[in-house]
Amino acid sequence: MAGPSALVLFGVTGDLARKKLLPAVYDLANRGLLPPGFGLVGFARRDWAAEHFAELVAESVKEHARTEFRDDVWKQLLEGIRFVPGDLDDNEAFERLKTTLTDLDESQGTGGNHAFYLSVPPGAFDIAVAQLRRHGLANRPKGSWRRVVIEKPFGHDLASARQLEKKLGRAFEPSSIFRIDHYLGKETVQNLLAFRFANTMFEPIWNRTYIDHVQITMAEDIGIEGRAGYYDGIGATRDVIQNHLVQLLALTAMEEPTSFGADNLSSEKRKVLAAARTPSDLDAHTVRGQYGAGWAGGREVPGYLEEQGIPADSRTDTFGAIRVDIDNRRWAGVPFYLRTGKRLPRRVTEVALNLRKAPHLPFNGTDVRSLGSNAVVLRIQPDEGITLRFGAKVPATPMELRDVNMDFGYDSSFAESSPEAYERLLLDVLLGSEPLFPQPEEVELSWELLDPVLQRWANREAAPDHYVSGTWGPQSAVDMLARDGFSWRRP
Amino acid sequence: MIINLTDTGTAAVQQAMSTARRNSGGPSGLVFTLVVVAELAEYDRALAACLEAGREHPSRILLVTNGRARTDRLDATVRAGEDAPGEIVSLKFHGALQQHRDSVVLPLLLPDLPVIVWWPGRSPKAPGQDPVGRLGTRRITDAMGDPDPLGALEVRARNYCDGDTDLTWTRLTRWRGLLAAALDAYPMDVTRASVSAAPDNAAGTLLAAWLSDRLDIPVTLDRQQPGIGITGVSLSSGEDTITVVRTDGNLAKFSAPGLPQRLVALPRRDLNTLLAEELRRLSDDPVYAEAMSALVRRLDRAAERTQGRRA
Repeated sequence: MAGPSALVLFGVTGDLARKKLLPAVYDLANRGLLPPGFGLVGFARRDWAAEHFAELVAESVKEHARTEFRDDVWKQLLEGIRFVPGDLDDNEAFERLKTTLTDLDESQGTGGNHAFYLSVPPGAFDIAVAQLRRHGLANRPKGSWRRVVIEKPFGHDLASARQLEKKLGRAFEPSSIFRIDHYLGKETVQNLLAFRFANTMFEPIWNRTYIDHVQITMAEDIGIEGRAGYYDGIGATRDVIQNHLVQLLALTAMEEPTSFGADNLSSEKRKVLAAARTPSDLDAHTVRGQYGAGWAGGREVPGYLEEQGIPADSRTDTFGAIRVDIDNRRWAGVPFYLRTGKRLPRRVTEVALNLRKAPHLPFNGTDVRSLGSNAVVLRIQPDEGITLRFGAKVPATPMELRDVNMDFGYDSSFAESSPEAYERLLLDVLLGSEPLFPQPEEVELSWELLDPVLQRWANREAAPDHYVSGTWGPQSAVDMLARDGFSWRRP
Repeated sequence: MIINLTDTGTAAVQQAMSTARRNSGGPSGLVFTLVVVAELAEYDRALAACLEAGREHPSRILLVTNGRARTDRLDATVRAGEDAPGEIVSLKFHGALQQHRDSVVLPLLLPDLPVIVWWPGRSPKAPGQDPVGRLGTRRITDAMGDPDPLGALEVRARNYCDGDTDLTWTRLTRWRGLLAAALDAYPMDVTRASVSAAPDNAAGTLLAAWLSDRLDIPVTLDRQQPGIGITGVSLSSGEDTITVVRTDGNLAKFSAPGLPQRLVALPRRDLNTLLAEELRRLSDDPVYAEAMSALVRRLDRAAERTQGRRA
């Protein structure tokens, strides 16, 4: 259970706040994980009274919370709900926020502990942090804490990431800055760590002797859904590969940490990321794509350039595929392929480790025609779990072999459902436990990895490769793997 | 559990599938996705065959039909844990969406597992070029499900691509086995061969083409004998003859040199058995490919002769 504290949400009218953050706050309260002295302060450019804001919270909770709506829990929350109208550059509004928080400390007993959640576009981080600092909201009185939460993307290249870090560092202590990658919930990271380090049967094959290549995919079936202002100029690679996929790569490839404490875990991730590099021939081993009009999932959809608010000559990538090699003893010669895209056939995230073919197959050529290679697939979402693929003989044939899948699902094997990623994230912020949040050095290392690719793309004359909405990306991505003698899995 | 969805999309269908799976204990170890493309009139027959196939191979079955509504929309029914071990999803396409069925089928395929597309009735001219057919690693057609079986078989042969098979070929499995075993047991230099079959029987045509390819001699095809399906085969070296005669579509009389005539059970098999046999092998079938190209040569020669006679 978290101690007395107040959570201030900037950008509380946004999609993320309504669909995820506010319901997660309620779910935490409903599970009894929030203290009686808890305050929730909304900050947004709306001329609302506190009651109106409370109604909005109630609505989004009823619609999106995972636990049932109970009046007593709601009453407890309602006592601490406040709303501060204003712009980020409005000094008066920040003074009002300060008064509101002081008032909460007194009336609700939130004890001077304040967490600021910046659910605002990345461009607004700077001003929000500067304002918090200017109005003394970032200063913590003795015996209390101040924390700030920011969402990816953390900058748009190495230089800007460092600058952001510097600005945050002026206002907040390093241990008070939480970088959230909501795609990668704590539960998922822990499941991955447990799978790798609690078992003996996988470790012996987790290396270049047995693993042929690794494919890490995050596919979305939706387009940019009206978020042109956020997305254009950022693109899939910065939005997803830089943080989410590179983190998955680090967790998959790192050595065993001496403990799961923040420092130990992060130092293993840093080591493996420092050993990771993109190939020197970037044109042959990276692909950027952009979706065109088509039919996706049974609906006719516009191309990226026809989306509202996107300039007709935009070169933003909605699909990115990159080869990464890791120069260490465990992984030398094993390519890791990272790919992400919007408007792909289905929403799925997975890490697929493909094993080498058997050195010799004592079967007829025709018997093993439909036999592929073994694979260990870590399914991140949906249906989180593990799939093992291996060959088996088809019954009632002389000796016909075929690939079969063996599935483990957290959902079907455990009655307890995993908590929503945001619940865990918010609770960790309030508790001040930071182990599984990406550390600034990891963020910088992943930019170091991607900067050459992004630079190469920016200098390229050609537009991004076209792909039809609802397909698995551009032909060039298929060719990119074919050159290395592989093909993409259909996730 | 059965979930009906009207005017829906693939995300909602996937959601319904995982709900159905969770509530019914859920199938694990599905081995492939079977896409069944049928016409509305064949819907019930195709669904029955799907249920049967689903019992034999736990799989995800997508039953694709075109509906008659005027709007552009997709209706779906998800069945899991009901009458088959796998999952069965009926997809009904209306309006313009009928031109983009592949955009719905692709997201619903099981990850990485083989995809088999089956047309129980009429099939596209070139299954390997068809938008839905292209999603398959294997494509199964049935010339006998077409109103013009002989014409359909010819179209299949002329548009063959790796991964195609027609159930006409599966119907021949036992005939081919019997004839090959007979020649193994009584080796002889076959100089004349003939096949007799009912007038619209496509299997007879294909058997004649296969024999002529394997034995490297012309094979005559007789459509005049009474009976159903393939009614007989005779292989002769001039002195000796092997004959198989089956007039009732069930029990055949087998005779070989120096032996009394014997009875062999050679029943015509139902669709589900044929499909189940076909699903055991998911790689392309080179012997079928050779037989189909022999059929094309045979048809071309016949066409040349007809033209020559006209000229």
